[in-house]
Amino acid sequence: MSFLSETDVAHLEHHARVIRREVITMLGKAKSGHTAGPLGLADIFAAFYFHILKHDPKNPEWEERDRLILSNGHVAPVRYAAMALAGYFDVDELQTLRQFGSRLQGHPERLHLPGVETTSGPLGEGLSQAVGIALGVRMDIANNHTYCVMSDGEQQCGAVWEAAMLAGKERLANLTAVIDRNSIQISGGTEEVMPVEPLGEKYEAFGWNSILVDGNDVEMFCDAVERARMESEKPTVIIAHTVSGKGVSDIEGDYMWHGRVPNEREVEAWLQELGDEK
Amino acid sequence: MVPNDQKLHTDVFDIGKVPYASLRDGLSEGLLELAEKDERVVVLSADVSESVKVAAFKDRYPERYIELGVAEQNMAGVAAGLANYGKIPYIAAYAAFSPGRNWEQIRTLIALSDLPVKIMGMHTGVSVGPDGATHQALEDITLMRVVPNMQIIVPCDKEEARKAVVAASTNGKPTYIRFTRPKVPHFTTTETPFRQSRAEYLWHSDSPQVAIIGVGPILHDALLAARELEREGIGTSVLNVHSIKPMDIEMVLEATRRAGRVVTVEEHQILGGVGGTIAEILAQNTPLPVEMVAVHDQFGQSGTAEELLDNYGLNIEGIMLACKRVLSR
Repeated sequence: MSFLSETDVAHLEHHARVIRREVITMLGKAKSGHTAGPLGLADIFAAFYFHILKHDPKNPEWEERDRLILSNGHVAPVRYAAMALAGYFDVDELQTLRQFGSRLQGHPERLHLPGVETTSGPLGEGLSQAVGIALGVRMDIANNHTYCVMSDGEQQCGAVWEAAMLAGKERLANLTAVIDRNSIQISGGTEEVMPVEPLGEKYEAFGWNSILVDGNDVEMFCDAVERARMESEKPTVIIAHTVSGKGVSDIEGDYMWHGRVPNEREVEAWLQELGDEK
Repeated sequence: MVPNDQKLHTDVFDIGKVPYASLRDGLSEGLLELAEKDERVVVLSADVSESVKVAAFKDRYPERYIELGVAEQNMAGVAAGLANYGKIPYIAAYAAFSPGRNWEQIRTLIALSDLPVKIMGMHTGVSVGPDGATHQALEDITLMRVVPNMQIIVPCDKEEARKAVVAASTNGKPTYIRFTRPKVPHFTTTETPFRQSRAEYLWHSDSPQVAIIGVGPILHDALLAARELEREGIGTSVLNVHSIKPMDIEMVLEATRRAGRVVTVEEHQILGGVGGTIAEILAQNTPLPVEMVAVHDQFGQSGTAEELLDNYGLNIEGIMLACKRVLSR
């Protein structure tokens, strides 16, 4: 990993747009799933799969790899799209999302698709697993870094804070959490449903380092990860402010699109808005 | 009589002479034995390392011990992460909270992911004693039985507990092992055969009329009941089905078909535990009359272990009565 040149940034932004196109197409085909989260996270997943992660798409079990744990499994389409584009499997397979017999389960399962690392979907459980992996890595005196992407809504789960407390106690500097701070959840805005702020201060009180960034700005996000990697005393949480539904002006920031998918007409219009990136 | 190959303690029937020990000590010994053999073995506990007897492991292998504090849900998730990375984690806490409180984490992160996390359910049954109903897990076997991929072992004494702990390390599967708290008869020996998913006869009369099938320390009561019944002219067999999942169905059918009548014994709820398992097997193969010695859909309460076991009929008299009841049906 290194600092980004202008070409690198353009390259990642291109990948993010292609990821968004794939997410829209696959959700339209699947006719169920979640739209807002995956579109908002496209920049972060482009950054992970095409810049940050030490990984080998042809050898997902490679021992030296960094681990990317996705806690809020309902945004799986963005991970599936990024993985396919990075070469883990054929892009055509994305069209099988949520179908009977597909490796692309509605919520990701490690026994179905190599490379997804963990089974997730029930919220508030990814950070515990990421802490376990980071502890295992430290026991073996290995250098792999563990990342954990969470939603902001799941910060309402008590178990997240059990895990945060342990990571702080163990000073797990080999762990970086990323919170998708899009401020929406199924039934409304996070601060109306159950306020999670002040998020950064909460993590700091638990012994973490916190960084606030614009999660739709790949350069800023990669820079934050760079800073997290330089930290040697504490785990870091990157609070990444994103716009849910990013890239589709009709649904940006609208919580109603958390668990809805586009119909055929919408798919067509949205792809047109994003522009041709094939 | 006791089959020769069982190599039970010579004083098995002498309450004054048979040694007593807690199953928890079997956990402690098993973990130390494993730690030496396999460096992937790690132990996690939730602020109960002393009472669940993992403190010896903690002292000897501090780099492989993780203290979670009072956080059983996180414990299951951290263990899943460790197993995902390649470790063999043993998590030990009171069963009322693990698998009680963290059942969903066990279901999703451990069982659905088919990770070899070993869940040590401590302080089960009413014999926990004075702590009362909140801390007496009576539902744990049922909770674990309904989860695919999960294997379950319920040892009957300290030695079998040690063997179960050691055996679980190599099965590659999510595994639940159930322990009780008090000192109970230590009636099996290092030579007593133990193979996961294989049942063993602890007693076999020449012509058994009742097959007594059960798990845990109450099997010692079953043995004493079997000897007493034999004196009264009632032949029985006592089958130790320590591996509840996968169950040794062949042996269960052999024992029950031979006897024709069945009594199940367990220090657990009557719903979905050993009795439920045996009833399911019989209903699908050879329907036979079954009486169940178990806690009958009630919670526990405070008292000494002995008072409570007597109160719920989990004793020699309770087992003998059940045998006579099933014979009169």
